[in-house]
Amino acid sequence: MSSDSIIQIQSLEKTFQSKSGTVQALKDINLEIRRGEIFGIIGMSGAGKSTLVRCINLLERPTAGRVLFDGMDMTQLGGAQLRRVRQSMGMIFQQFNLLMQRTAESNIRFPLEITGVSKRKAKARAEELLELVGLSDKADAYPSQLSGGQKQRVAIARALAPNPKVLLCDEATSALDPTTTASILALLKDINRRLGITIVVITHQMSVIEEICNRVAIIDSSRIAEIGDVEDIFFHPKTAAAQKLVYPEGRHSETFSARDSAPCCRIVFDGNSSFEPVIAGMVLECKAPVNIMYADTKDIDGKAYGQIVVQMPKEEAVREKMLHYLKLRGLNFEEVSGDVG
Amino acid sequence: MWDKSVFDMLVVGMGETLYMTLVSTLFAYAIGLPLGIVLVMCAKDGIHPCTWLYKTLDIIVNIVRSIPFLILLIAVMPFTRQVVGTTIGPTATIVPLVLASAPFIARLVESSMVEVDKGVIEAAQSMGASSGQIIFKVMLPEAKPSLIVGSAIAVTTILSYSAMAGICGGGGLGDIAIRYGYYRYQTNIMMLTLVLLVVVVQIFQEVGFRAATRGDRRKS
Repeated sequence: MSSDSIIQIQSLEKTFQSKSGTVQALKDINLEIRRGEIFGIIGMSGAGKSTLVRCINLLERPTAGRVLFDGMDMTQLGGAQLRRVRQSMGMIFQQFNLLMQRTAESNIRFPLEITGVSKRKAKARAEELLELVGLSDKADAYPSQLSGGQKQRVAIARALAPNPKVLLCDEATSALDPTTTASILALLKDINRRLGITIVVITHQMSVIEEICNRVAIIDSSRIAEIGDVEDIFFHPKTAAAQKLVYPEGRHSETFSARDSAPCCRIVFDGNSSFEPVIAGMVLECKAPVNIMYADTKDIDGKAYGQIVVQMPKEEAVREKMLHYLKLRGLNFEEVSGDVG
Repeated sequence: MWDKSVFDMLVVGMGETLYMTLVSTLFAYAIGLPLGIVLVMCAKDGIHPCTWLYKTLDIIVNIVRSIPFLILLIAVMPFTRQVVGTTIGPTATIVPLVLASAPFIARLVESSMVEVDKGVIEAAQSMGASSGQIIFKVMLPEAKPSLIVGSAIAVTTILSYSAMAGICGGGGLGDIAIRYGYYRYQTNIMMLTLVLLVVVVQIFQEVGFRAATRGDRRKS
């Protein structure tokens, strides 16, 4: 494996003992997270992604396999060593998990306090971090006085206080509204770029992955289904699990084609085409209507990104013409039929 | 009957009641607080699960809590004599009071501490906090309002226990109420001690709840 990887997970297994027998939460997980990247782990709830992230800092002890952090096998470390290593891995959570009886500033000082940093130094560091997350005026506020987004900012500042190499984010934006989610993601991206901290993002939302991740692993029923660059997986999802996540709203391809057997076509805009009215152009050119089933595109610097799913006409000839039209425009598309996934 | 001697008697009784209650509470917490912490730590989903220790302490706590205080008071008299040299008077009453209320306090502490959000404890663990730091820097401070309310409940329970000791010459307001109200049919003096007891309990509760609410940062 390459030397620029910061976390390597090798043949990791995790089983839980419950009254009704053993439950296998993770099976044969192999992952490599590169230094400085934003790595996403996505899956439906119950797929095992939260267990996986807890195996990285050993909040959950793996049943088998190795977790290498900077080349050091975490599973072999004793209590004190493990605690020391954890100080270089920050973590943030869906429910923020702030200390409710401490102010924002005091929450940020907490990880420094437990490592014995002097109060004066810790205070200076906390002020610096409050400024980084844009909450300098909230230093003396208690968590109950802060909004969800502000709480997550405090949590991020707290996680960054001991200068970690890695930041683990467990569903960090799942409890936030879309606008706040966007601002938190922007903050994470900024932290990654400015401080060079590797970020591992656990989420069930493909939009979060698209927004900030470089690479992604799709985890499905305890296994890694697919792993690769976000664009590759977004444009050409190979496995059923990936398609389920990438296709709009997690809907199965069947729901698009089942209606009256007219096939659907998923058109992907990857920024190669300029923001021109493709669908309208196609309809005018082929003189046949299409039914837009789903559309989610955005204009970034005059380039189109996103996807549109259209239901094509029933006539084979018109459909061929339309696909040809799309091909000429250099667009990525695929016919979505019921038997996919 | 409203002469100085009755007044003096009530003042002394009140002093003895407060002495028994507060000193017992102090000693009972010295035992109950660590016991409660150990229970929380050793529980199945605690930070240091240890089933045998939890089970053992759990059973001991349950047994002691099942014994009615009045019976316990009599049953431990030989032990009381060994510790303080006598079985009557306020100081002697402190021994059974501590024995009876320490397990009760352990339960109060345990229930306050398990209320602390598991996520916050996990966050502290993710930062590399040790078990001691989790207890003293996370669990106890986060549970503080609930612990204070618990201590108000503990004080009032111990106060009412202390009144029972009056049966065996334990001293305090309870002793006066039993002697005058029960043995001498002087209902008026009994009612007076009752009023005093109610006032003291109200003060303890009010102070406890106010301290808890004022110190609680969960409500802004």
